Formats: sequence, structure tokens, C-alpha cells
Amino acid sequence: MTLEAVLVVAAALFSVGLYGAISQQVVVMVMMGLELMLNGVILAAAGFWWFLSPEPTGQVLLLVVIAAMTLEMAMGFAVATLLHRSRGSDMTDMATDLSR
Amino acid sequence: MVESVVFWVLAVVAVASGVAVFRVDSMARATYALAVSFVAVGLALLLVDLHYIGVITVLMMVMEMAVMAVYMVMFMGMNPALMPMSMVHDNRAAVAAAVSTFVVLAGGALLVPWPSRRQPDPGTVVGTVEALGEAIMGSKMLVMLTMSPAMVATIVAGVVLAGARGRYDRLGDDLDRRPDDPQRGGVGR
Repeated sequence: MTLEAVLVVAAALFSVGLYGAISQQVVVMVMMGLELMLNGVILAAAGFWWFLSPEPTGQVLLLVVIAAMTLEMAMGFAVATLLHRSRGSDMTDMATDLSR
Repeated sequence: MVESVVFWVLAVVAVASGVAVFRVDSMARATYALAVSFVAVGLALLLVDLHYIGVITVLMMVMEMAVMAVYMVMFMGMNPALMPMSMVHDNRAAVAAAVSTFVVLAGGALLVPWPSRRQPDPGTVVGTVEALGEAIMGSKMLVMLTMSPAMVATIVAGVVLAGARGRYDRLGDDLDRRPDDPQRGGVGR
């Protein structure tokens, strides 16, 4: 196990998640893509920590990434609930006006 | 050697189940696939002595995927395991963006001359829960103090966004309408 191997696997996870976040129409599936991207970030951060700076305090960065993931999910679910309640849909194509 | 084999097995499982999230034909299977991907990454974290983070990742993500499955049943109004679905847009551009991102990131990972692994200071135990706890309660307390209000703000914002009836629904745009609450309560107006 080398740092290069860990980073390549993390890059693969991030790229697959990016594909999902761009291509999916259902809000929950878009969130799955974002989760997968953060999954890659966690793995890469763990690799950097282990190989480059194995200090106890380095783990805190990983906790922050996991916390950010939780916040993203909570807000995503709340927006999805609001969208479904107001428009009866959970598709991103029905909510393009939110980007204006 | 064993460590490397276990890592590569977990890596293949994580990436393959990540791809499966967007290839399977039901959202329930997609949720399970994402949970498997997170479990594989969580187990990989255990290989690098991140015991607490690894276990937290597995536990939290399994719970999160359960919540996600509930949401799918709520919003789609059917059994997501039985309903085939393919709901993508701009597939070609998404594939191009993903492939080019992977090429750039993996190229950087392979071309950069990374230093060899730095050994921790003698006598330092780096990956234990105790070490993480001391970091959170000591030198990195400001990080956690910053995360806490962000989490509270998320709770408030989540409830406000997802709430069925806010005060403008009850009392009108000028907050002067008599509410038609099924039961009296609230602030007494």
C-alpha cells in the first residue's frame, strides 16, 4: 500500500461521484454523487495523514470532512422535502429556476 | 503484504460499488451500493490506524443510507426496489467531466514525487481515540467550536425548510390573519 495507490483510488471515487452529481436528475441521487465525492476526499485525507504527517491532530481534519458531509446531507434532505412539498417533484430539471 | 492485498480488495469493492450506484436500475439498490462503498472505505481507514474515524464512517453512513431509503419511499411513492429507473441528463458531458477529472487527479498522484512515509515521533501513539480526544479538547478545540454552530444552524435551517407550515402559512403575509390551527398553541395569537 503506497500513497499513490490510495490517491488513485480516491481519485476514482471522486470522479465517479462527480459523474453522478452532474448526470443524475433525482435530487437524492445527486446527493449520492456528492457523498461519493466526499468519500474520495476522506480516503485521500487519510492517505495524506498516514504517509505524510502522522500526527494525532491530523485526524481532526477528517472529522471536519465527515461533519461537512453530515451537514450537506441534512440540508439536501430539507431542500428535497421543500421541493417535493411545493412542486410535487424531486427532479432537478423541475427546479432549474433555483439557480437564477 | 497482507495489508496491501486487503487494501486493494477494499479499493476494488469501494470503486465498483460506487460505479454500481449509478448503474443499477433501482434507487434502493443504489443506496445499498453506496453503503457498501462507504463501509469499504471505512475499513480501509482502519488499515491506517484511524480506528475512531473508520468506525464512525461505517456507522454514520449505514444510518445515513437507511434515512435515504426512507426518503426515496416517501418521495417516489412506490417500492423503489421494484421500479426500474434511468433518470440521467447530459450523460456524455458528465462522463467526459468524470474521466478528465480522474486523469488529472490520478496523473497528479502518480507524477508528484511524494516523500517516503514519515515515521511518527518515538513514543507517540497517533491513531488512538485518546489521541484524537486530546486533540479535540486541546490544540484543535477551535475547530470543534466552529463546527458546533454550523451544526446548530443546519438543524434550524433544516427544520425551517422542511416544516410543513411556517408562521407565514398560519398568519398570512402580514402576520395579522387569524390562524386556523386544529389546536390552539404557538405564541397565543
